Amino acid sequence: MMQSRLQAMPRLIGWRVIKMAAMVLAIVVVNFLLIHAAPGDPASAIAGQSGQADAEFMRQLREQFGLDKPLPVQLWIYIQKVLTLDLGVSHRLQRPVLTVIFERLPATLLLTGTAFLIALTSGIALGVRAARRPGGVADTIIMGASLFFYATPLFLVGIVLVLVFGVWLNWLPTFGMETVDVPLHGLARVADVARHAVLPVITLAVFYSAVYVRLTRASMVEVSSHPFIKTARAKGATESRITWIHVLRNALLPVITLAGIQAGHLIGGSVLVETVFAWPGIGSLAFEALLARDYDLLLGIFLCTSVVVLIFNLLTDLLYLAFDPRVEAL
Amino acid sequence: MSESISSRGGNVTTTGPSRRALLKAGVAAAATAPFLMRLDDAIAQGIAPKRGGTLTSLLTPEPPVLMIGVNAQAPTLTVVSKIFQPLFTYTPTLDFEPVLAKSWTVSDDKKVYTFRLQENVKFHDGQPMTADDVIFSAMKFWMTLSLRARIVFARIEKAEAPDPHTVVFTLKEPFAPFLYGFGGTGFTIVPKHLYDVADMRNNPNNAKPIGTGPFKLAEWQRGSFIRLRRNEDYWKPNQPYLDEIVYRIVPDSQSRAVALQSGQVQLAGGNDIEPFDLPRFQAQPNLSVTLKGWEYYGPLAWIDINKRVKPLDDARVRRAMSMALDRNFILQKLWFNSGKVATGPLCETTKFYDPSIKLPPFDIAAANKLLDDAGHKADGSGVRFTIRHMPLPYGEVWTRLSEYFRASMQKIGINVTMDTTDAGGHTARMAKWDYDTSINYIYQVGDANIGMEQYFTSENIKNVAFNNVGGYNNPRIDEILAKSRFEINPAERQKLLSEFQKIAVDDMPYIYLIQMSFPTYYSKKLNNTITTAMGIADDFDDVFLT
Repeated sequence: MMQSRLQAMPRLIGWRVIKMAAMVLAIVVVNFLLIHAAPGDPASAIAGQSGQADAEFMRQLREQFGLDKPLPVQLWIYIQKVLTLDLGVSHRLQRPVLTVIFERLPATLLLTGTAFLIALTSGIALGVRAARRPGGVADTIIMGASLFFYATPLFLVGIVLVLVFGVWLNWLPTFGMETVDVPLHGLARVADVARHAVLPVITLAVFYSAVYVRLTRASMVEVSSHPFIKTARAKGATESRITWIHVLRNALLPVITLAGIQAGHLIGGSVLVETVFAWPGIGSLAFEALLARDYDLLLGIFLCTSVVVLIFNLLTDLLYLAFDPRVEAL
Repeated sequence: MSESISSRGGNVTTTGPSRRALLKAGVAAAATAPFLMRLDDAIAQGIAPKRGGTLTSLLTPEPPVLMIGVNAQAPTLTVVSKIFQPLFTYTPTLDFEPVLAKSWTVSDDKKVYTFRLQENVKFHDGQPMTADDVIFSAMKFWMTLSLRARIVFARIEKAEAPDPHTVVFTLKEPFAPFLYGFGGTGFTIVPKHLYDVADMRNNPNNAKPIGTGPFKLAEWQRGSFIRLRRNEDYWKPNQPYLDEIVYRIVPDSQSRAVALQSGQVQLAGGNDIEPFDLPRFQAQPNLSVTLKGWEYYGPLAWIDINKRVKPLDDARVRRAMSMALDRNFILQKLWFNSGKVATGPLCETTKFYDPSIKLPPFDIAAANKLLDDAGHKADGSGVRFTIRHMPLPYGEVWTRLSEYFRASMQKIGINVTMDTTDAGGHTARMAKWDYDTSINYIYQVGDANIGMEQYFTSENIKNVAFNNVGGYNNPRIDEILAKSRFEINPAERQKLLSEFQKIAVDDMPYIYLIQMSFPTYYSKKLNNTITTAMGIADDFDDVFLT
């Protein structure tokens, strides 16, 4: 049976990819129409920023950005470009959208990826620890702390961390990704970036960690009460084998679901933290693009974000397949 | 008739009986004076300029491109003003201070402007700067890219270069505010050999700006920082003093305040710091705060009124609304005294400002009476009429201003409903005349005929924002502003512009609120920070750290 499941995989994945492509196309169309439905266009945003405008100037700008054509024509041109992986040019930054996005992507992935791994591992470990003796001292402390961090808004955690470690104790830099007054190289630069990353990573990680803790614990407690655990214990399996192999593997499915959702937000989910810590990532870029009605850049960011969400959905489903023999179809 | 335009950096002369003598004096003074005078500022404080060091500054928001002309946002100008230089700049009293022009003369009929250029100026790529670059910059680069420059340069009949270091602009007819339309960041010199292309906005060279300024663009990590490095071949010997200027991009206002407070940055200006943080930083011993440096732009905040909407078409109603607003409250509680209350359509620093013209005083009872007399009686619930108000979506302080406006209007029986939108939407709806009242602030750029005209004359009633979108139409105003453009006798021009200011207060097409100033915060170790009317958008070639 395992054999046939694995043989069926390529076909299943292929089918899913076709569905994803259709979904991406639908997303492109909806995003395009939504953005154009907002009042104002790049030309009026440019006029607003510089505080000057005349009719000829606005007409020139609209012609240059292709905004003088009817909306369906603009949409058709955009879809054609996307199909050839050309995401257009940011009118505001005067650079290709793909270049701009790839320039900012590493910073965001470094921040969110690190925070994601820390949140996942610490959340599962603490959740397992808390579930070992529900109601015990460790459980009470861990659950209390996770409730606290779950309930506190992200930006507030960030500001408090800045005040304590940046201003009062003066241990860590409070903004940016690296020291720029003195250019550093090699290991010194890695250490410098790591120092800058501490506060934003912690800010982002504590919230998700709290969610994983609660989910892991609840799921562990639930699975522990199943008869097959009693059987394992009766067979003479050690407590740690029971916890890590029998209980955890079965308790992980909801955690994987949530991790899959969070991984989909690796690109777009850190706007607040990026803003508070002046982290040069995608989040701040998206926000500026929205204010300036930078259509192509905004659509490009939306597109990348939605593609990542879809990819992680697929990966999550594949992980289900690996973890739970009962899951057969994608 | 001769008129001597005095400048802090020496005399710039206009022709007259002693044309030659004056010209000589002007050249001599101008050639040396700018350095000496600036140094005097520091020496007066007992400090000798010191070479070296990196100045770290905040910058908000991040400029989209670092090319002069292509983008006119304040943060862009703050950076590119170190890279590109004008012929001259303005002193805090809006007199002239030579930069790339050593001196200039104006003919008696005010039609011929002759500029003598500095002779040893090189662009960052080593090419010399000549009269050709100046003419290209004026007649092609700025004419194409800037509306404000277009108003002025369109008056030029011919631009000639009799020799590589002389530029002669001959006007079609005398244009009184000619010297206010350019100068500062509005007319900086770009190299013709790099920027003379068909599509200037998308010129690949825009990515690596090449100017004559004291600093070059060294590095721009987008979303993070901009690094400018000292121009070793700068045309003023031994200047600039700083090795580097680093601009840090920090999007969150509280994070910026922390950066300034903890000394991680030494300079902040523009929108970097929220007005409510002003008192806190004024009390900080290692920082200086100044309101200077906004004399040229002269930002004036006002309530824009759509005069097509009844009963806002009635001047008595607009006057009553103005009388119901306590400008001192707005200045003190919302702007923490960073600026002055408005007294009319012009800022005090703008040329031909008339101090004898006053707004009707704050008086709720009189405002109510005025509305009663105008026939706008209150209904049973005390409401005379309802208007839609569109707040300016440029930050917290503007939202608060709109809330204060609503509360004040309630006191005179005007019900205000808020109609909120974002920045792009605000400009678009103003252009469509789709508002009753809104808030805006406008730059006066030194002269009423350059910064203000388009908001008052009927020919500028257009579906384009930053014009007379409220539909104000007064033939006398049209006549005055058309005449004052060409009136070269200062006394006559003052008469015309005084009448303009009087009518603009009586008719109240806009409710003038505050003469704004964005405070500049800087470390006490930083010297010569604000010396001209351009504020932090100055070339910084005399700024130094001690």
